[in-house]
Amino acid sequence: MSQKPKKRINVANGIIFAVGAVLALAYVMPFFLVFVNSFKPKPEILANPLAMPIVFTWDNFNQALQKMNYFQSLTNSIIITTFSVVALIIVSSMLAYYLARSNSKFTKGIFMILVASMIVPFQALMIPFMSIFAPLVSLDNRTALIFFYVGFGVSLSTFLYHGFISNIPKELDEAAAIDGASDFTIFWRIIFPMLRPVTATVAIINALWIWNDFLLPRLVLTPDTQTLPLSTYLFYGQYSAEYGQAMAGLLLAVLPIITFYLILQRQFISGISSGAVK
Amino acid sequence: MPFGKHLKKFIFFAALPLSVFAVVLVYPFIQGLILTFTNFDGFETTKFVGWDNYVKSFQDPNFWATLQFTGGFVVVSLVAINVVAFGLALIVTSKLRSSNILRTFFFVPNLIGGVVLGVIWQFIFNSALTSLATKFGWANLTESWLNETGSAFWALIIVTVWQSSGYMMIIYITGIISIEQDVLEAARIDGASALRTLVSVKIPLMAQAFTISLFLTLRGGFMAYDVNVALTGGGPFRTTELISMHIFEDAFRFGNFGTGQAKAVIMFLLVAIAALVQVSVSKRMEVQR
Repeated sequence: MSQKPKKRINVANGIIFAVGAVLALAYVMPFFLVFVNSFKPKPEILANPLAMPIVFTWDNFNQALQKMNYFQSLTNSIIITTFSVVALIIVSSMLAYYLARSNSKFTKGIFMILVASMIVPFQALMIPFMSIFAPLVSLDNRTALIFFYVGFGVSLSTFLYHGFISNIPKELDEAAAIDGASDFTIFWRIIFPMLRPVTATVAIINALWIWNDFLLPRLVLTPDTQTLPLSTYLFYGQYSAEYGQAMAGLLLAVLPIITFYLILQRQFISGISSGAVK
Repeated sequence: MPFGKHLKKFIFFAALPLSVFAVVLVYPFIQGLILTFTNFDGFETTKFVGWDNYVKSFQDPNFWATLQFTGGFVVVSLVAINVVAFGLALIVTSKLRSSNILRTFFFVPNLIGGVVLGVIWQFIFNSALTSLATKFGWANLTESWLNETGSAFWALIIVTVWQSSGYMMIIYITGIISIEQDVLEAARIDGASALRTLVSVKIPLMAQAFTISLFLTLRGGFMAYDVNVALTGGGPFRTTELISMHIFEDAFRFGNFGTGQAKAVIMFLLVAIAALVQVSVSKRMEVQR
């Protein structure tokens, strides 16, 4: 009696596994294509894009590294993402703390505006944006870009922090205040360390967005300050006929973030799932 | 608390982020609304022109084509992404030993920006698929999908689903995990089939995950730009331009800043209305369970 259902479950599991495996293959197939073809000379790619390389060459990578200014773009991406994310964490956590703790009509109104602003697409600001900020951009476009990211990112980050801080008992602050701690000390010594899980979420969500952003950098940055997505796009546009080099360039473009993901996989998944449910 | 102390707190905690927010987001937004009623040329405005820019926008046949194309894209991508993502979430949560590895694979496309994904798939559609098709004699694939509007639409959908389903999968996984085991146990004891449990127990109990995921895919569909630029570039002949790209081209390539901005405001209204309707409908379904 008890044999039969168990067997059925095994068969069902087998089917689910088969479907899952096929889908997983389909999901990584494009990356496999890029990977395999980045080591081949052009005629071999045209002959059969699925085959393993016969003549194994690093030449594509040498060309791509040079032509897309790889290390310069990588450095720009790292600088812009790091500074923007750190700035966002600092200002949004403080703003969220202020909004969550002082419960007046004024702060509630500010919070509502922040939440509502999340629905405004960047395209609705893009045109006036460029004429308003042209002087700032021409002064130092990387700093300007970081400044823009703080402005655009502050609403979601504050929202995420706000939900978490509201659950921290107010008595904690009051006890510390009675002991003579200043606002600064209370926030940075007591509250901020408790926010670690949200800080991880805020960092991951913003880092993914800023690292991959294309439209804003395209409008703001110049050739010497361009980020990785920008230089990849321009490189591909110019050398797409050189398949091998183009593939090497694409592989180089995805390598940093995939490596980062594989190292911090658990944090990525849990960060995104707790960020999304809020 | 005395007002002075309040003010001190405000300045210390809130003044900086709020002023950056106001300068970067609020000011350009209001400025953008005003610009649509002027003859703004990218640098300066000399006079008010009333509703001219809106009238001109709606007289532009390309804009109507874009709206139609975008509408189709939003609806089809929304349905496809959510069906696929929910399916992936079911596979990953079905007590397989390999579910962690599968989840990792499904999520990978999401890490990479739309531009890079777009050019990867451009290579696939233009070169890899066509050369394989020639080699193996698949007649209907020898021509690139990107050369024709109809198939280019589906190419956009495929890439978008492939890119976004992993993210929405995570949201659905969170929803599925949050269902209490007792409830599922009760359904099993009552003799409910797997399908019945899914439709009558699991889906109603995770309605919130649907609200969030539908909202994100709706918004994402309207705002899609990167994949569009990198995959089809709007071609052939501007027939696959989604609204974002259309606005960008109108303003920055053709120099029509007035109509470009008017179209951007129309886009904002569309997103806002669609999102409000969707969220209120979804919320009502959450309550009804």
